Amino acid sequence: MSAADTIRVFVPRETAALSLGADDVADAVERTAKELKCKLEVIRNGSRGLSYLEPMVEVQVGEDRFAYGPVRPADIVDLFAADFLHGGEHALALGNTANIPYLKSQQRWTFRRCGLIDPLSVADYQRHGGFAGLRKAFETGSTAIIEAVTESGLRGRGGAGFPTGIKWKTVAGAQADQKYIVCNADEGDSGTFSDRILMESDPFTLIEGMVIAAFAVGASRGYIYLRSEYPLARTVLEKALSICKDHHWLGKDIAGSGFEFDIELHLGAGSYVCGEETAMLESLEGKPGLVRYKPPLPALEGLFGKPTVVNNVVTLASVPDIARLGADAYADYGVGRSRGTLAFQLAGNIKRGGLVELAFGATLRELIEDWGGGTASGRPLRAVQIGGPLGAYFPESLLDTALDYEAFAALDGMLGHGGVVVFDDTVDMAAQARFAMEFCAVESCGKCTPCRIGSVRGVEVIDRIVANENREENLKLLHDLCTTMIDGSLCAMGGLTPLPVRSALKYFPEDFAPTAGGS
Amino acid sequence: MKTDYDKKAATEIILGFDNRPEMLVQILHAFVARFAYLGEDGVRQIATELNLSRAEVWGVVKFYHDFRTEAPGRTVIKICQSEACQAMGSRDLTAHAEKTLGISMGSGDRAHTLEPVYCLGNCACSPAVMIDDQVYGRVDTRRFDTLVTDAESQ
Repeated sequence: MSAADTIRVFVPRETAALSLGADDVADAVERTAKELKCKLEVIRNGSRGLSYLEPMVEVQVGEDRFAYGPVRPADIVDLFAADFLHGGEHALALGNTANIPYLKSQQRWTFRRCGLIDPLSVADYQRHGGFAGLRKAFETGSTAIIEAVTESGLRGRGGAGFPTGIKWKTVAGAQADQKYIVCNADEGDSGTFSDRILMESDPFTLIEGMVIAAFAVGASRGYIYLRSEYPLARTVLEKALSICKDHHWLGKDIAGSGFEFDIELHLGAGSYVCGEETAMLESLEGKPGLVRYKPPLPALEGLFGKPTVVNNVVTLASVPDIARLGADAYADYGVGRSRGTLAFQLAGNIKRGGLVELAFGATLRELIEDWGGGTASGRPLRAVQIGGPLGAYFPESLLDTALDYEAFAALDGMLGHGGVVVFDDTVDMAAQARFAMEFCAVESCGKCTPCRIGSVRGVEVIDRIVANENREENLKLLHDLCTTMIDGSLCAMGGLTPLPVRSALKYFPEDFAPTAGGS
Repeated sequence: MKTDYDKKAATEIILGFDNRPEMLVQILHAFVARFAYLGEDGVRQIATELNLSRAEVWGVVKFYHDFRTEAPGRTVIKICQSEACQAMGSRDLTAHAEKTLGISMGSGDRAHTLEPVYCLGNCACSPAVMIDDQVYGRVDTRRFDTLVTDAESQ
């Protein structure tokens, strides 16, 4: 048997898969193969993002890959007996991976390599178009790449949705002896995990995106600010950075271009507000993560006072293929001013949770019902929180809202980082509103009063409303407090916390009624 | 993980970051990884070697949730308290953990430390729990008991 004939089995090394026993599954595959004297190679890929099927094991059969899931270690002997190594039938068989409807119906751009490749193989990465975007950028020059990113319509995927090309142009035009690229990998929003899946499954894409950004604006140093809650992403990124240095994709004279750029990995330390870009810069400087006043914009006075591009993981990872395939290829996806794709994340009480990368414009209902399959509990859906803990709660009646930035903003909501958290009819919305204020109180950096004090008062006022104390006055007070937080807070932490609170009050007033009980 | 403070080991950690004050958050992580928590002796040494005031170092220590100032229990258990996990019963799971371990969220004893965490990024497989740096998904009360017992026996 030649090397090419060796059977290749893929078992994800990705947090969701590992959290459900993927390491034990990989061990069982190796052990059983040994017992049966069956020669095979186990490759630890990342995740396809079909979290509800994890651990999802794949087998290479000719040009195709066949999937099985969710697989438990106890299933392995049975899978061997069913000849899964050649795509055999089995109760867990999902058929050709590429044809699984959940995956096939997506528009994968940024996440197209996730789960497909060995995350730490440069050869695998390059076989699937890796580093071609960077080479193209070196050929066409920095001005052309900024133009391409601008024309693609790419907007910040961290949540704020600021046009990436404009940000880059500002930094490129700034005069300074040192500029920086900072990758915001502090994905703290509940219900979001797209950054994590990308970093664990295809880290070179992020690195390539950062090198292109650096080349575009003339930066020589970069930082990835990774949250400490992602230990596996840390391990993978550390290895990926070291491999890139060894292969001259980082360091001096990258790929013979003469361009120099290096990346340092920094860990966050459990602070949610450090996902706010200026608090992150403070943290990178070794200080408490206190939000800065803006202006000056980080693009002009950012890290250590120098011009700095701060972009989210998905934003940066979307760039290599924009450089490789052209702005139009990306802009062809989407609607209105929301161009390209967004990686939605289905989370919470959902039957088929996972990552769904779609062009803007599908509806929330399609996402939750067609991909998600409704609630995990089987009970009626009651509320959906979109865009993380600072996003609005929508009732069932708003599920037909189109998934684009403007449509959500028009309803006092936000798409944010694309997290979709589903709740069934057992949810107590007064408790959720209270939690929004409580979370703000725990995580506020404390620099501005509306956020620091307002959140504490918010918890108290909601408690009084639920306890039916001076109900009407306290409801008015809560609205006033929300207005103060929106208008007076320095950053989105205090400024957006009223979104979940007000939406809960608006769409679910019965939960705040005296008979509701609260929590 | 050793919890006895070792001045020489501490110097080596700081040197590993070239004594750069902007690496303070990273240095504190390395201290917690090595000594389990940050005490007055560690903060004093970091302040001296980075040429910062002790107040500046304490200011950073106290700002971030990750930097413990007391020795944790033998098993550190974090239960996600965020919305995606709430939607799948993390409030009940937290109540169960508090009851069976006999400690309240955010506290601990010699055997266990129970801490809140705001999102482990495992929101499609909630509720999520982290035990000694390992993430677990779809943790119901029965699985929780098994995982804790397994962690204790390791």
